[in-house]
Amino acid sequence: MRLERRASVPPILYVAAPLAAVMVALAISGALIALAGASVPEAYRRMAIGAFGSRLAITETLTRATPLILTGLAAAVAFRARLWNIGAEGQFYIAALATAALGGAASAGGLLPGPLLIPFLMICGAAVGAMLLLAPLALRLRFGVDEVVVTLLLNFVVLLFVSMMIDGPLRDRMAFGWPQSVRVSPEAALPKLWQGTRLHVGLLVAVAMSVVVWIIQSRTAFGLEAKAAGFNPRAAAFAGVPIPKVLVGVACLSGGLAGLAGAIEVMGVKGYVTTDLSPGFGYAGIVVAMLAALNPIGVVAASLFVAATFVGVDGMSRALKVPSFIADVTVALSLLCVLVALTLVTYRIRR
Amino acid sequence: MVHQHFALAPNLTVIENVVAGTEPLWGWRSRRSAARKKLAELSSRFGLAVDPDRLVSELSVGERQRVEILKPLYRDAKILILDEPTAVLTPAESESLFAALKTMAAEGLSLIFISHKLHEVMRSADRVAVLRGGRKIAERRTSETSVDELAELMVGRRVSRPTRTAQEPGAPMLAGRDLGFAKGGRTLVEAASFELRAGEVLGIIGVSGNGQSSLVEMVCGCEAPASGEIAYFGETQATASPRGLVASGVGRVPEDRHAQGAVGELTLWENAVLERLKEPRFRRLGFVRRAEARGFATDVITRFDVRGGGPETPTRLLSGGNMQKMILGRNLASDPRILIAAQPTRGLDEGAVAGVHAEILKARASGMGVLLVSEDLDEVLGLADRVQAMVKGRLSPPVPVEQLDARRLGRMMAGVWDEAA
Repeated sequence: MRLERRASVPPILYVAAPLAAVMVALAISGALIALAGASVPEAYRRMAIGAFGSRLAITETLTRATPLILTGLAAAVAFRARLWNIGAEGQFYIAALATAALGGAASAGGLLPGPLLIPFLMICGAAVGAMLLLAPLALRLRFGVDEVVVTLLLNFVVLLFVSMMIDGPLRDRMAFGWPQSVRVSPEAALPKLWQGTRLHVGLLVAVAMSVVVWIIQSRTAFGLEAKAAGFNPRAAAFAGVPIPKVLVGVACLSGGLAGLAGAIEVMGVKGYVTTDLSPGFGYAGIVVAMLAALNPIGVVAASLFVAATFVGVDGMSRALKVPSFIADVTVALSLLCVLVALTLVTYRIRR
Repeated sequence: MVHQHFALAPNLTVIENVVAGTEPLWGWRSRRSAARKKLAELSSRFGLAVDPDRLVSELSVGERQRVEILKPLYRDAKILILDEPTAVLTPAESESLFAALKTMAAEGLSLIFISHKLHEVMRSADRVAVLRGGRKIAERRTSETSVDELAELMVGRRVSRPTRTAQEPGAPMLAGRDLGFAKGGRTLVEAASFELRAGEVLGIIGVSGNGQSSLVEMVCGCEAPASGEIAYFGETQATASPRGLVASGVGRVPEDRHAQGAVGELTLWENAVLERLKEPRFRRLGFVRRAEARGFATDVITRFDVRGGGPETPTRLLSGGNMQKMILGRNLASDPRILIAAQPTRGLDEGAVAGVHAEILKARASGMGVLLVSEDLDEVLGLADRVQAMVKGRLSPPVPVEQLDARRLGRMMAGVWDEAA
């Protein structure tokens, strides 16, 4: 038995294969749910209710999907150019911290009016996130240091830094000793999309960004160069693509998107930074990007799926006493199945 | 099996390379003296002289080839398969390889010699099987066939390589003066000088790995020379960028189509315009002008008869010959004045070779200066006006092709050119 590259792939397969893979993954985790002693149809029914069954459920899922879309895009644009940015988590946190510091009621008071303050803080967050990725890239371009290791390890450095700051200079004195940062000023809070829920306009920003990224990748000269540099750096260099410059651009975009996720999460949901602001949005972004086969529009769908799984399982596990780890298992299984499915899209099995 | 690309460990000696894998892994002692005796006996029997105690990294390419052949012989192989064994040999080294092959055949071994060089097949083989499109389509005895017949069988139709007509060269187009290049502490090109004129094909011949790749990288604007200078159209350029060169009328065909010439995953049109993305005709406000780019690709496809796909086809699906036509076409479609062609026919079938040769001669006739870097004697003798040999990073003085034949060219490739000049 061996794998053989397909000569041509019907475009429909690119959509059908991931969907089929997710079905397979749900079937496998169904077996695990049964093993945990719950009824499988009931569990999935509860999951669907938990994720989409009410106004609250739907808005929770969408709120959860918002940062995932952005970190997913961050991973997708970087991986497309073979820049292995594993540091979206760190970029998320450092941007969140910067947003809280700059948008804190004390420093932002009267600095900028609300309608300007929000975009300003978003741009600042993106810039900080981008800078955190430019440092590992500079090391790679200059000394050939592997960016996987550096970006990954920076995540922990940043988290410790955040934890130091919110226990020190940026600590909220009104928080009864809880380690949390100063609050952003109320003018910097993102408007709600739906009153009485947590859903905020960050979702629109995230979806808009996915369209912007799609346009950049498929229509601009920069996108074409980044694609060429990712697939075959030697040929790209021969054709005169300035690879270091392109990678700097990709790093700004990728780090910027992860930073934007952090800024939006602070302004949209909590209003302040704690060290559990992100339940691993940065890492989940990698999963989302892979689930979406690095397609920026697919990232939106993949984020919804991942968010719905986590939110849905929360409700289901409370009701049926199935450990909520089943959400992680389902998402991980989906990733494995999608990777297999995408291999089978490009290759066929011959015996 | 002797592969085209050597599978030797350069940090081991010849004898260690030969016996590796034949000794029991957990034995108490290796039986080196017996191995040494057997190797010496094989060497003298087949005329494959090589010092068993030298490191492989110190050996010349021809000697490494011998070690590769000794490996299966040491394992008492009865059938030996040689895949393009002469690709990296000078003509003289090839001759001694053929002599060794004859001895082996006389000793009762069976040899399969895979090659696309027809003269070599005629020289060394008794019988020839012709493969085309994965099928064996003919079998001949070499005594009863000819080079022309084999060529025809390979392609499936009559092919004749185009021939050159006399032509006066014009103004200098491309010149290199005392070029030097080093990478990783190794000198790859040293004091190389050449001058290419309009309406002329300058052939650079050499056994692969003698610095031609670095020379091409420099004139293509991919690497800056460590010393010396390059002049395009009579003007010295301190920093030549690939795109600047392409825009100023330099066509470049890299030596490795798949690794350098095209990005396989991108479509034909994307590859066609990748090196011209800076030009306003394919770019507006940072966006790719897709209609223009597709039009350009369609133009290349029709004018240069690229088969196997349209502008939207992923380039990796093209055959080698068609990919090469696309690469040549994207350069020639905008009428450059210099064409740099590195190994333009490597790995192509006879029909595609004739097509590429015709394009190169057409370019020459239109007054283009063509720098042809090749390992193929016939190609250089058939296309070039003047020839320089490249050996160990140095270029010989140019010799008009009229004064050359395969024998003399072979001597130049081996580094003997003082009397030839």
